[in-house]
Order: sequence, then structure tokens, then C-alpha cells
Amino acid sequence: MNPESYFWLIPLPPLAAFFGILLLTWRKRTLSHWLALAGAGLAFLGSLAVLWRAFSIEHLAEHPFGVSIDWLPAGSSVMRIGAALDPLGAVSLAFVAVTVLMIFIYSIGYHNHGQPEGKDDLPGLPPRGMEMMDEHGHTVRAATIEPMYSRFFALISLFAFAMFLLVLSDNLLTLYIGWEIMGLCSYLLIGFWYGRPSARDAAVKAFMTTRIGDAFMLLGLAALYSLTGTFRFSEILGSPQTLEILSTSASGVLGLSWAGLIGILLLMGTVGKSAQFPLHVWLPDAMEGPTPVSAMIHAATMVSAGVYLALRFFPLIAAGWQPGGPLTAPMLFIGAVGAFTALFAALIALGQDDIKRVLAYSTISQLGFMLAALGIGAYVAAAFHLVTHAFFKALLFLGSGSVIHGMEHGAAHSGEHLDPQNMKYMGGLAWKMPLTFAAFLAGGLSLAGFPLLTSGFWSKDEILKSAYGLAPVVFYTLAFAALLTAFYTARQLTLVFLGQPRSRAAEKAHESRPVMTWPLLILAVFALIGGLVVKPFEHFVAGMLPHELLVELPESAVPVAVSVAVALGGLLLGWLVYRHAAKGQPDPLESALGPLFRAFHRKFWVDEAYQAVILRPAAWLAETAVARWIDQVILDGILHAVGRFTLWLGELLRSKVDRKVFSGGGDALAAGAQLAGSQLSGLQRGRVQEYMAGGIAVLVLAGLMVLFFLNL
Amino acid sequence: MQFPYLSVLIFTPLAAAVILLLLPNRQARLIRAIALTASALVLGLSAALFFISSPVVDGYRFIEKIDWLPELGISYHVGVDGFSLPLLLLAGLVAFSGVLVSWNVQDRPREFFSFFMFLVASVLGVFSSLDLFQLFFFFELAVFPKYLMIVMWGSPQTREYGGMKLTLYLFLGSVVALVGVFALYFGSGLNTFDMLALEKAGLPLAFQQIWFPVIFIGFAVLAGIFPFYSWAPDGHVAAPTAVSMLLAGVEMKVGAFAALRIGIELLPQGAQHWAWLILLLGTINVVYGALLAMAQKDLKYVIGYSSVSHMGLVLIGFAALNQQGLLGAGLQMFSHGVMTALFFAVVGMVYDRTHTRDIGQLGGLARFMPLAAFGFIVSGLVSMGMPGFSGFVAEIPIYLGAWRVAPWVAVVSAVSIVITAAYILLVVRRVFFGEVPQSLSALEDIHTRDKLVVLMLSLVMIAVGLLPGLISAGISDGVNRILQLLGGSL
Repeated sequence: MNPESYFWLIPLPPLAAFFGILLLTWRKRTLSHWLALAGAGLAFLGSLAVLWRAFSIEHLAEHPFGVSIDWLPAGSSVMRIGAALDPLGAVSLAFVAVTVLMIFIYSIGYHNHGQPEGKDDLPGLPPRGMEMMDEHGHTVRAATIEPMYSRFFALISLFAFAMFLLVLSDNLLTLYIGWEIMGLCSYLLIGFWYGRPSARDAAVKAFMTTRIGDAFMLLGLAALYSLTGTFRFSEILGSPQTLEILSTSASGVLGLSWAGLIGILLLMGTVGKSAQFPLHVWLPDAMEGPTPVSAMIHAATMVSAGVYLALRFFPLIAAGWQPGGPLTAPMLFIGAVGAFTALFAALIALGQDDIKRVLAYSTISQLGFMLAALGIGAYVAAAFHLVTHAFFKALLFLGSGSVIHGMEHGAAHSGEHLDPQNMKYMGGLAWKMPLTFAAFLAGGLSLAGFPLLTSGFWSKDEILKSAYGLAPVVFYTLAFAALLTAFYTARQLTLVFLGQPRSRAAEKAHESRPVMTWPLLILAVFALIGGLVVKPFEHFVAGMLPHELLVELPESAVPVAVSVAVALGGLLLGWLVYRHAAKGQPDPLESALGPLFRAFHRKFWVDEAYQAVILRPAAWLAETAVARWIDQVILDGILHAVGRFTLWLGELLRSKVDRKVFSGGGDALAAGAQLAGSQLSGLQRGRVQEYMAGGIAVLVLAGLMVLFFLNL
Repeated sequence: MQFPYLSVLIFTPLAAAVILLLLPNRQARLIRAIALTASALVLGLSAALFFISSPVVDGYRFIEKIDWLPELGISYHVGVDGFSLPLLLLAGLVAFSGVLVSWNVQDRPREFFSFFMFLVASVLGVFSSLDLFQLFFFFELAVFPKYLMIVMWGSPQTREYGGMKLTLYLFLGSVVALVGVFALYFGSGLNTFDMLALEKAGLPLAFQQIWFPVIFIGFAVLAGIFPFYSWAPDGHVAAPTAVSMLLAGVEMKVGAFAALRIGIELLPQGAQHWAWLILLLGTINVVYGALLAMAQKDLKYVIGYSSVSHMGLVLIGFAALNQQGLLGAGLQMFSHGVMTALFFAVVGMVYDRTHTRDIGQLGGLARFMPLAAFGFIVSGLVSMGMPGFSGFVAEIPIYLGAWRVAPWVAVVSAVSIVITAAYILLVVRRVFFGEVPQSLSALEDIHTRDKLVVLMLSLVMIAVGLLPGLISAGISDGVNRILQLLGGSL
């Protein structure tokens, strides 16, 4: 079969799996996960075939494959749903497909497939496990299967569908559809264990925070459509004339050109979805979802989608920019946000004890690297880091899930009540869980940028190299952040896997099942070999840009030396500081840094600040200012005053005019009307008559108005 | 001559209303059967109209015209275009659902269903009128049954206040609009109420500028325009479930529809002159309604205020006066109608079983009534404008249209995207998930009839969300006709 003609089908198998599970197989757990696996597997095969084919086509970027259908006819213009494939799309498709498939396979083990159903397990809560007799007659505690197993696979399939749709879309509207469906899925999956209040809070927080970015993005979308009359990438981003016009016409807002304004609006979407400061707060809390969901969010979907959008719109963002010339406003914006976030999140990661929280902040930081690179014009380096990061971060999250599983198992045996995610209680797990350790080590070293062997080194080095040549400030910031990255990675590896166990649960921990460790090992291979494809990757993706936007960098040994030094130095330092960590001791950094460590540990109090500065005032605005004052006091007050005035007028007329002037006959009429009224059903004892009197008065007034106007 | 589809559509519920009044109250089964049959016929016929072909005259189909009072230029004149066709279907859907959710009305079912059928006939009449006088007749036909249904079957605490407030506001609004309609009648000098003739009257600019706000705002009171919205939440909350569904789902569209048909189509230059005002008021509606919805503690008030917010988008779409805005407004009228009807239906189901609407006292209901939770969530997704549901295809064109004429409108109303998500998620989280309070230990699941309503309305919203072409093609024809009127007068 010809990839050109079927590539647009790739998102459909996961979608079909979603509907299939939802409508047909939701009672049958095994069937459900096979359906989900089949969906992900087909998408995977299709993606690889498409990538293979795409590699062999010259000038794919100028002539992407495309197909689209009419969707929303709107008079002369029609909004279309469409798919296209160019190098950026092909590469993204491949990394998404690989990580998605591994995550799906891993989920089978993570959710304890094959274990019995727990008698006390409730939907909306993680399975608690139960007491069972083993073959020797001993009572053991066994894990139980997730009660909403099928639902998990349905939702995660939909999640994957949304990402495939986004990556393949040929226009901004289709992309936005995938983007929003993904937001919904993240909400549903972060809140998967909705029985836990923390999960419900985290789900709402994730949805709301990213939604703030989405609102800006929607405005950018509206602006772009109003100016160009189209959503299609090829007609906007592929047209130098359009870009020229957009970048030279003033929007009238803050002195920005239209390209500048639209670029910043769209990038606000990226800031939300890719969890950049100040909208980063949702991502660390998002680990309330099951661990495979974290892996999806941190690698295959959500945050990658944000960077993908920024990459996709790079021609617009950089419209009017020449390498070496001044940066455009959107580039400055995203470069500053990215560089700041890279450092800021790395500092926070130093002070976290939760194994997944460290990883979450490292994601925020690494996304900052990518966006900073994009902001200074290093498009290819940003794209490459996006791909390598997806592999090693999926690996690290799945690895942490395996560790947590091991710890939970250990805790069930030792009877301890401890937080199985807290690294303070771990230690020495390398010998209990060798496969997980090996995989996690590959991921960690890749994250730290261990020289030569790991993909993370190559992609981070690309970014540092570009920054060195293009923007020294960014270079120093990122180099320092890279040092911190290596340091906290070493801290994590040491605390979790090396040294002595710091709890009985850690002593009793054991390796996870093959269905969980195999995906880890496969991803580990990807995390290591990524560096081998640097050159072909760069050549392939660079085809996306016109030649004048490709940066020629001066050869220099400095950035390479720096990236080797920070990676090795950070790792060594981290190991030295933490190798003697003992039970009950405070964190060595805490004694060294004091209040500064506290600031890292408390994440610079951003959540608390938002609570005080945004959430409470918003609630006050809604509840007190608007609902109480404007709605109830002012508007209803006016209404009630009018009502009272009318009543008073009615009373006045009745006592002064009606009683005195039109008594007698009127009374009889009224009595008749009253009788009729009471017979009508004794409906109510309100004051219809009075209000009606008011109405009729207005009617008369209105009649007079008509006469007045007609005689003008 | 073609079969008089529209007359059959309008007079079926009217006939049912009259027949029901003649039956004794103890024949509850028969009463319900008649109401259900009539509403099913309305639904079926309104859906069938999409597929029946009919000659197009001046953009309208299924035209019937009978002179009634030729001396005054009054006739019985009906017809539909792409804009009103989905609204007829909306009325059919809500009528049918309304009967199903009211199945257990014990108190005077005869009057209940009869008045309900009057309401249905009234809205169908407005949507298909091509004669101003007749439109007004149907418009006012709703006043009495509406008021009576609220005060007789409404929620005991607030029904008198809510019913009164609603009646008063709508009465005043329609009086103001009536004045405008008379002005139009006399001002045109054509001695006719025929809207197709009045369209071509070529009214002078000054006249249009004076009378547009009177007519538009007079009708838009029924659409909940700021600052005349406050009847809506109070009225919706006070009303019994089926009436809330019809009020918020269809009656608000009647107001918007009449404001469009008479205000914008007959006074296009007036509309262009005053568009800024409608944009401003609509924007206030959107944001202000959303803030109010967020502040509510009563489940039904949340939905009541959310309607104020969503109808603001319809007004913005109208006032954008361009292809995207009007198309979006047409889609939004349908989408919001179905959505809010389902919202109120589910709130009614919840209230029937828990006897409270206080959000603080509800929790974890998804465990007892999963399908009701499903319906509420689908409506919530529609109201958040989630792709795959009808709200998305309605809101996107509105934002596009608004940005083209006044970017600030899009910017300010985009705030509501966030606020809407906030209050919907808050309610879903508190009411359907979360801890089950002690007071709600064992609740019954919803009845099969209720399930049918939830499924039917949800599927409609999903279908339109996935395949918006089902109704947008027709709406866009209607929009083109309006754009011609606007362009023709430039």
C-alpha cells in the first residue's frame, strides 16, 4: 500500500478502539486491552511505514501529502478537516506512536491484569489489594486489578487519537480540535481515580490552567482567520507573501505586527499546554493520575503538543527575522519564558522528595530548553530535543511507576504505612529491581546529558551550541540549568537505587512483571541510540525551513566542553552529596542552603500566590461584586422599586380615583372578575392585577408614543 | 398545491391542547398518551421537513398564505428557511422530551399537558410566521400558559415571584416590540403585515435608526439581553422541569429569532447603525452571566445564569452581521437549546430523587444515576465548546465573526471560555462525583423514559458536533439571504 494514500487513517484505529471499548467490550477486560493495543499497534505500524517512506522523498516539506474533507460549510468559505504529512509531522508521528505503544503495553501490567478482582475495591479509587492464601497455606497480600480497567484503555486510546490528529492536521482548526480533545482526556485521566479529592482537584487544575492558554490561542486563531481567510498551514505558513504582509502590517496592539500579535497569542497556548511559567502549576499535580497517564502527558501527548504547535508556527513566529538580526517579539517572548522556566523548574526539582514530582519539574525544565532554543531561532535543535525527551521521559515515568509498584508491594508485605512515592523511604532498589534500574539509569543519564552514549546529550548539546552562537545570555542560563539537571538526576538515582534501603518496604521490594519491564527496556534502547540519528534527523527536519532561516553556526569547542562538563560534574556532585543519605536525616542540601532550599521545596510558593492573587479575587468578583451587588442590589433593586412604585400608584388610583369616582358599576365588574379569577383555579395569591395594571399603563404610554412618532 | 406541512405542524399541538382541556383529569393515561402522540408527531414532522423538498420562494419553503383581514393587510402566512428549520426541530425535540420527563405529573395533568401544548404551538407558530401580526399573535399566545404553569406547578418557594417577574418582563418587552411593529406597519405605508413585502419596503435610514433598538431590544428581552435578563434565571428556576426546558431551550430562541427576523431583516440599516450596542450588551451577557453562574449555590440557578451567558453569544453573532457570526448564531441557537433542555431535564431528575438543588448537599450522584451524569457531562462539554459536540461548531464561527468586526468583543468574551469551564467542572465534580452525603444513601436510578430523553438529546448534540453540515448547510443559506438584505441596503 502507498503511504501517501493511507497516512490520514493513522489516527483512526485508536479512535475505533475508544468506541469499541466504550460500546462493546467494556465488560471484558482482556478484550478491551487487546482492542486498545490493536489500535495503538496499527497506528504504530502505519507511522513507521509513513516515516520510512517520508525519509525517501526529496522535498517532502515543499510538497507534503495532504487530504481534506469539507466539514463546516460556511457560505463561500468552507471550514475543512484535513491531514497532511511533512517532515515535522512524520517525525512527531513516529515518536508519538512508539511511546504510545510502549505505554499501552506497560499499562496492562501496571493495572494488574491477571490479578483477581478486589472485594473492597471501588471504582474511582486505586485497587487496594487483598489478603489471599498462597499454595503453602500462608496468608499473603496480593495486588488486585484496577476496577475501571476497560475505561482506562478507552480513555487512553482517545488521548492517543487526539495527539495523532493534532500531529497530522493540515490546518489550525483541526489542530485545535485535537488540542481540545486532548485537554479533555487529560482532565478525565488525571481525575481517573476521582474518589480521591486530590485527583479531582488536580484534574480541574490541569483543565483550567491549560484552558487559560487555550482562550488566548482561540483568539490567535480568530485573528489569523480574519486576516487570511484560511486555517491551512500551507496557505499561511507556506506562503512568503502572506507572512510578509502579516509581519509588516501593524496590529495596533503594543506596537506589534499582526504576525507578532498572533504569534504571541498562539504561543500562550503553548505556555499552557507545555506547562511553562506562569502556567506550569498544573503539571506537577497531574501525577495524581495513574503513572501511564503521566507518561502520556509528559512524553507522547499534552506537553509535546505545545512544543509541536510552536514548531509548526515557527515560520509565523519568526516572520521578518534573519539569522543574526534582532529577534521578533514572539521569539523574544517564548525565548525568555523558556529560558526562565528551564532554570526555575530545575531549581524546584532540587527540593522535591516525590519521585514523580522530580520528574514533573524536570519535564517543565526540559520543555523550557526546547522553547528557549526555538526563541533564539534554533528550530532543528528544539525539534530534536522534543523527540529525544519524549523517549527518555516516557521511560523515566514508566520506570518510576515500576519503582512505585515495587515499593507498594514491599509495603504490603512489611505492613508499613508510608508514601510509596517518597524517595526518602527508598534506597538500594538497584539490587531488588535490576531491570528497572538499568532502564531508569539509561533514562536518567539521558536526561542529565551523559556524554556520547545518550540521546539527551546530543540534543541538549545542539541547543547549547546554538545558544552559544546566537544568544550568550540564554547559553549561560541553560548551561546552569543543565548542571542542575544532572545534579538532581544524580540525587534521584542515588536516593532511589543506591545506598542502603531506608525502609522495610524498600527491603521487600521486588521487580515488576515482564509486561512492565519490556517496554522499559525498549524505550531505554531508544533513549540511548537517539544520538546516532542526529545528522539524518537534522537534514530531514531542516527541510521544513527556507534556507534563509537555517542558522549557520561557527564551529567552537566551548559549548561541547561546557555540556560535557556540566553533565559529568552535576552527576558526580549529586552522587557525592547523596550517597550517604540515611534514614531520618534532613536533606544535605537543606543544611547547606537553608531558606533557599525551603523555597525550592515549596516550589517558590507559586500556588499559594495564585490562591491569594487570582482565585480568591475571582471568587469575590463573582460572588460579591457581581452576584450580590450588581445582580441583586442594583438591577433587582431597580425592578423591585418599580414594582413598589406601581403598587403605590395602583393603591393611590384605587383610593383616590377608583373608589371616589368610578364606584358602583366598577365594583360589580370587579366582583365578577374576582369570582372568575378564583374559579380559574385559585392559582395564586400574587399581585397579578397590580402588575398587569402597570403593564397596561405602559401599553397606553406606548400607544401615545406611536401617535407621537407618526405625527413627526 | 403542496400538503400544508407547517399548518399541520403548528395545529397538531394546538388541537391537542384543546382536546386535552375537554378530558376529565382522572383520565391521566389518556391525557399523557395524547400529549405524547402530539409531541411525537411534532418531532417527527419537524425532522421530516429537512428531507421533504418544496419550491423555494424568496428563500422560504413550505409557504402557505391565506388572507385573513385583507383590509388591514393581515394574513395567515407561514414558511421556513434554513435558519428557522433547525429551530422547529429544536422545538420538536424539547416538546417530546418535555412530555416524557413530565410523565409523573399528578397534579391536574389535563391542564399541565394542555398548557404545555399551547406553549409548543406558540413557539412553532413564531418560528414559521411570515406575517408580523400572526407572529405577534403566536408570540403572545405563550404568555398565559407560561405564567400559569410556573405558578401552579413550579417550585413552591419562588414560583409566585419567579412567575411574576418573568411575566412582567416579557410583557413589557413585547409591548415595546409591539410599538415598534406598529411603527413599522404604519411607517412602511404598504398597509401590510407581510414580512416578505416589508423586507422590500426600503424604509428610510432615519426611521430604521429610530426603530431598530425598540424592536430588537423589545424582543431580545425574551432572549435574556442585558440588563433585562433577570427574569430568566428566576423564571427558569421557579418553573417545573418541562417548562424550564421549553423556556430556556426554546422560548429564549423565540426572542432571539424575532429580534433577528424583524429587527435585523426588516431594518438592516438600523442594525448596522446599532450593531455596536448589541455587541456591547451581548459581550456583557457572556461574561457577566458566566460570573453569575459561577457564584450560584443552587444547581438550577447555575444553569439559569449559564443560559444568559450563552445567549450573549447568539446576540454577538447576530450583531457581527457577517457570514461567520450569523452562521454561528444559528448553530448556537440550536445547540444551546438542546443543551440547556438536557441540563434542566437532568436537574429535574436529580431534584425528584434528592429533593434538593443545593450543590453543597449533593455529591457522588454518578454512582446512582450514571446516565443522568452522562447527560449532564455531555451538556457541560457542549457548553464549554468542546470539539466533537455542537457547542464547538457554534462558538468558533461566532468568535471568528466577532473578531472580524470588533476584536475587543472576542477578547472580552473569551474570558467566559475559562469561567464556563470553571463552573461546569465545579458542578460536575461536586454533584456527580465526590463524596456521597449521608442524606443521600440510596437513590433510585432514573426511569427509562428519562434515559430516552438523555440519550436522544445527547446524540443530537454529538451528531451536530461531528457532522455540523447536517444543519449548517441550511443555516448558511438563510444567512446568505440575510446578508443580501444587509448588502442590498448598503
